[in-house]
Formats: sequence, C-alpha cells, structure tokens
Amino acid sequence: MAISRDEVLHVAALARLELSDEEADRFTEQLGAILEAVSKVSELDLGDVEPLSHPLDLVNVWADDEPRPSLPLEAALGNAGEDEDGHFRVPPTGMTRES
Amino acid sequence: MGGGLVGATLDTLRLTAEEAMGLLERGEVSRAELRAAYYDAVAARDAELHCYLRLTEDAEGEGVPIALKDVIGTEGVETTAGSRILEGYVPVFDSTVAARCKEAGLSLLGKTNTDEFAMGSSTENSAFGPSRNPWDPTRVPGGSGGGSAAAVAGGLAPWALGSDTGGSIKQPASLCGIVGLRPTYGTVSRYGIVAFASSLDQVGPTTKTVRDCALLYGVIAGRDPCDSTTVDVPPVEVPDAEHLKGLRIGVPRELNEADGIERGVADSVARAIELAEGLGASVEQCSLPRSVEYGLACYYIIAPAEASSNLARYDGVRYGPREAGGSFDEMVERTRDAGFGDEPKRRIMLGAYALSTGYYEAYYGQAQRVRRVIAEEHAALFERYDVLLSPTSPTVAFLIGEKAANPLAMYLSDVLTIPANMAGLPGLSIPCGLSEGLPVGLQLVGPQFSENLLFRTGHALERALGFDYVPERLR
Repeated sequence: MAISRDEVLHVAALARLELSDEEADRFTEQLGAILEAVSKVSELDLGDVEPLSHPLDLVNVWADDEPRPSLPLEAALGNAGEDEDGHFRVPPTGMTRES
Repeated sequence: MGGGLVGATLDTLRLTAEEAMGLLERGEVSRAELRAAYYDAVAARDAELHCYLRLTEDAEGEGVPIALKDVIGTEGVETTAGSRILEGYVPVFDSTVAARCKEAGLSLLGKTNTDEFAMGSSTENSAFGPSRNPWDPTRVPGGSGGGSAAAVAGGLAPWALGSDTGGSIKQPASLCGIVGLRPTYGTVSRYGIVAFASSLDQVGPTTKTVRDCALLYGVIAGRDPCDSTTVDVPPVEVPDAEHLKGLRIGVPRELNEADGIERGVADSVARAIELAEGLGASVEQCSLPRSVEYGLACYYIIAPAEASSNLARYDGVRYGPREAGGSFDEMVERTRDAGFGDEPKRRIMLGAYALSTGYYEAYYGQAQRVRRVIAEEHAALFERYDVLLSPTSPTVAFLIGEKAANPLAMYLSDVLTIPANMAGLPGLSIPCGLSEGLPVGLQLVGPQFSENLLFRTGHALERALGFDYVPERLR
C-alpha cells in the first residue's frame, strides 16, 4: 500500500480533520489506490524541465494605492458562528501565556 | 402578443436564450411571463431532476433569466458550493460574474446543484443529493456542474453558468446534450467564486446553442481589477458562418483512441469529422503522446494540492456552521469533520500529503514539470492546426451509483478534458449525436484566447449536425 494508516492520520492532523476509525480505514485504502495511480508522473525523467505553476505568462499587476470603502463590520461578522465586540469569538486556543 | 407565445405555452425545452431575448425585445412576452414559464418547468420536473438547490423568485432584472452554479457567490442569496460546511452562508458581496449578469439585466432564477466544492463528475458528491439527467433520470447529468447542465437541457433555465477545473462544464454539457465552454484561463474573473484549484478554476457558459454560448461569454469575459489573474479579452464575435473553409483540424490519436472510449461515442465523433471535411476543413491525425498518458495523474496531484490550501479557510470561525469544542483546535477539527463530505476530505488529505516534507518534490514538483510538458505538446500542435478535436467524455451518461464507490473510476470521466485544462486552453463541447439514446459530446480545443474560432467552428458543425437538444422522452 502506498500510504499507511498512521500516515493518513498524520496527514489528517495536518489538515485539521478528525477522522473516525471507520474513516481512517476507508481513506487508507482509497488514498493508497489514488497515490499509486498518480505516482505515474515519476516515470518521466524531467530534471531539466522548469515547473509550470500558472498557465499564462503574466507579469505583475500594479494598482494605485487608493482607499476604497471596505465591508462594514456587521456585514463582515454577519456569517460568523460567534462574535463579540466587533471580533470573531473562538474557544480558547489552549496556549497559556505567562505574564 | 405574438401568435401562440403567451406565457403558458412557451416551450422552454426548445426556446434558446437568443430567441427569448428577441421575444422580450419585441414585447411579445413579458419578463414576468418568461420567468413564470421557467418556474412552471421547475414545478413540473425539478422534483425528479433536482437541478436547483434554491430558487430566487423575487430576483430583479428585465432581461433573459439565468441559473448560476452554487459555487458562484451571490449577494444576499445563500451560496453553499454543495457543502454542509457552507450551509447558511449568505455572501455579503456579488462575485464579478454575478454582478456582470445583473448589469446585463439577466435575472437570477436560482442556484444550481454541484458536487461538493465542484469536486466530482456526477453531482453525486453534493451534500444535498444528486441531480438527474433529463435524457434518462436513472443516469447522472455529469459533474460537477450537473445542476446547471440538467437545468438547461431540461428546459428549467434558458442558460446557466458553471465552473470548470478538470472538466466540470464540458463533461456535463456532453452528458446532457448541450453546449458548454470552458474559457481560456484568465478570461473570466474568479472573484467571489468558491475556490477549488486556483490555477485551473474557470467560470463559463452552459447553453443550448453555440450562439447563446458566445452571447453569454460576452457578458462575463474581461479583465477584473479584483482578480489579478484576469487579462484583456478580444471582442467576442457571435458566429454565423456555416462553412469551415481553410480550417485545419488536428485529431489527436490518444484523445480519440484512449482506453474506455465507448464504440458509440467514437462512431458519433467519426461522423462529425466527416461532416467537418464536407464543410471545407482539412483533417489530419496528430499526437499528444504524454499529455493524455500523464494528464490525469498530473491533475490529481496539482488540483488536490491547491484544494488543500484553499479549503483550509473552512474553520467554523468566519462562516458556516460550527461544531462545539473545548479548545480552538478541537472546534476546528470537529467542524471540518462534520462539514466536509468524503470527496473534499480525500482531496484535502491527498493534497496535504503531496505538499508535505519529503514528498513535495516527488509529487507536486514533478507534476508541475509534467504540466509544462503538456502545455508545450499542445503549443507545438497549434503550429500546424487551428483546432483539436476529440470526444468530450469517453462514455455517455452513466447510471447513478455506478461509480460512486470507486473514486478512481470516477476520476477517469475527465481523462479527455483534463489535458487542455492543464495547459489553460479553451474548450467547447457541442453535442454530436446519440449512442444508445444518450447524447455524445464533441470537444473542440484551440490555442489560448481562440474562443471566437471555437464559436465559428462549433456553430458551423452544430448547423451541419442538426442535433435536437430536446431530450427524446420530453419531446
């Protein structure tokens, strides 16, 4: 198998996904098959080929630094799960800070 | 009122957007009658087809109505991208394409179903249930833009917008017997579109005819200060020529003889090639040796890598439902596990793996090199040919459930559309015949910014083919 169950759990943790045992088993099998298929790219010897990250030859775009109205605060917070005093509110990050 | 054109008798299955525009301009039909005719069709058929995730019955606009795929952000109208993790999300601004449709007077009928985050080839990955093919409701309409394609083919919208990363406009158009354009990368703004793979995503039209396709592309194309990857676009020409004199068509062997292409699909495409020669085009076999063999693998590294980055933003903080958790990390992990379906999870993990230390060069770096090989192979062919021709999809519409349990089999649906997409090339799919009673799509690919040439070629072929886009069982 191209990827182990532990590697799947590691990648899931990197991607902030909490997988159930059943999901971990299923994804190990499916991701193994997919990785085996996409590993086909390694058949080609392309050491001297420049990587292509973007399909167009674009140059940087410059814009004048002109202030424009931005979203009103209540609109920006309107879809939030929780907010307080004009901020997004989240549970404690688990970090303790010494003062 | 013109003869027989009162609202109740408008045949939305046959009416093109261009014809609808004419009826409105001549005052033969009112805006309200036109919208009512489409909503009548929705009432009659959407319980079966499930094209729409929501309707927008009080939308403004005096022109021809339109449906938008639910990855396209619409101010004040819920936009979910087919995912639970965006359920209840109501954008506070319009995407540029939605704004351009409004400026052109197009009135929104509703938001159409899509595979979750546009990841899929059948709409079966939608968190809100699959759409069905108007030609045969036991079959998929293709994906991810299956809702838009089924709506147009089933007469539930005169035209619609989709988005295409690996084939999500072209393949559903093919499976539903209509026209779909994936424009050149950079010609249509991605501002306000729910992002999947940013170096590949493009919005484009899904229509009944090539002329409608050109008209709608003209509405949405152009540079946008809000999307720095957009460029100036040549003026769009609505095609009317009915010959192909002087056109050089290349027929890449690998795209026309790939494993898995059904006999009936190959036969329909062969007949279209004969017609093209009859219209004055020269046709020659050519080759894309590495683009087709390595294209799918290249795509399924690059697109998931970009997706894993784009989908990191769904954390339960700024939008979407939130799961309770004792700490920030726990809240984020539970929200993402509950909110994402299997396909986004697979692609996020695949992408995170391909980008992770120790694997980056072997997967992502190598895939980017393959991508250049694909772009250069296509560029070399365009020194000898104006247009490349192939089937759009190796198969006609498959049965609902047929490929749902096997992600790799589903990925193969896009094997013929992916190579041109990796190279940023425009592709037009037009219907070219039936196989076992189901539509077959013909893919025309041109150099970057050759949309006008694709429209001319597609229009001339469309006239010669005389394909009837009304599903047989609904005639």
